[in-house]
Amino acid sequence: MRLYYLAVLFLFFLSCNNQKKNVVTPKELMSVNSTVSEKDSVLELEVYTFDEFEKFLNKKDGKVHVINFWATWCAPCIKELPYFEELNKKYKDKNVEVLLVSLDFPHLYESKLKPFIINKKIKSKVIALDDPDMNSWIPKVGTAWSGSIPATVIYKNNDKKFYEGSFTFSELETELKQFLN
Amino acid sequence: MRQIKNAIAALTLLVVLSAFTDFNAHLENGYKIGDVVSDFKLMNVDGKMVSLSKYKEAKGFIVVFTCNTCPYARMYEERIIALNNKYDAKGYPVIAIMPNNPTIKKGDSFEAMKERAKSKGFTFPYLIDKDQEVYPQFGATKTPHVYVLQKTKKGNVVEYIGAIDDNYNDASAVSNKYVEDAVNALLEGKEVQQKETKAIGCSIK
Repeated sequence: MRLYYLAVLFLFFLSCNNQKKNVVTPKELMSVNSTVSEKDSVLELEVYTFDEFEKFLNKKDGKVHVINFWATWCAPCIKELPYFEELNKKYKDKNVEVLLVSLDFPHLYESKLKPFIINKKIKSKVIALDDPDMNSWIPKVGTAWSGSIPATVIYKNNDKKFYEGSFTFSELETELKQFLN
Repeated sequence: MRQIKNAIAALTLLVVLSAFTDFNAHLENGYKIGDVVSDFKLMNVDGKMVSLSKYKEAKGFIVVFTCNTCPYARMYEERIIALNNKYDAKGYPVIAIMPNNPTIKKGDSFEAMKERAKSKGFTFPYLIDKDQEVYPQFGATKTPHVYVLQKTKKGNVVEYIGAIDDNYNDASAVSNKYVEDAVNALLEGKEVQQKETKAIGCSIK
């Protein structure tokens, strides 16, 4: 247990002071505690219950919010993810915010989700939603949502539209443009 | 000339209408609570054809759209087996239907279904919706997606649509067993309290 705290302490120093990075190599860290890898210190994943997450659906900040529900195990989600990335790149300076909400299983955050975000170099903000009582929150995202993913919400202040299904880039951009004026 | 004009007008209208077709329109189709289900004839993993009408003794059915490959479906496999073990003898057998197109999802091929049924010890039919005609009739959009049917004089009536329970991740942490509650109510001659629920699942391919 003490070794574990030692490892956390080392990680703390590692993240605070890059110049001292050569003091502790990842290999040494692994030998202290094999569950602490260098990746964990690089990527912080925000995980929300639905109550905590709901604020992302109700911002009244005049921006257009594009919120995509996806998971690494969902093939059609992975296929359309680059379109959301492209949208983010093209419109992030035009008052548009893209948020990718992962519904991956919590026990796969480390082995599947984080490596995916790193390897695909995802630039849009990614958060995880972990709330198993789905029937309580799915209708709050979209009354028409059957629960299949991908699913997307686009909103600006009180104008909101829900989409269940896949987009092409031009379909996504067409929908976004309805919110831009 | 006038005919051509009319034809052009009709065509324009058609194009305009199809352009404005609601994005979520496909979700409006399919059976609703109270609808009578058309019977189907689908091949089971044992090579035999299965229809609802062959179950003379059944009081109803627990129809589950599920597959080999969806992680949610896999998390529910043990619970689907448990449902059949509990309710088959009471007159509500499980009928599992695999709706995916195996050319898109290789892991859902008929051969793979046979292997899965064998290795997990499925005690219920596991049917392939080969022509992908049955799941759209039901309006199933994802796996797992459950329909509880009650056999009546009118036919097999939809009494519940939705999830198996309220915790995919941990069977021991479940507080609402939606399907069990629905079947128990029907067995007691009562009305199903929660007729529809929503859950995340893998879209049918």
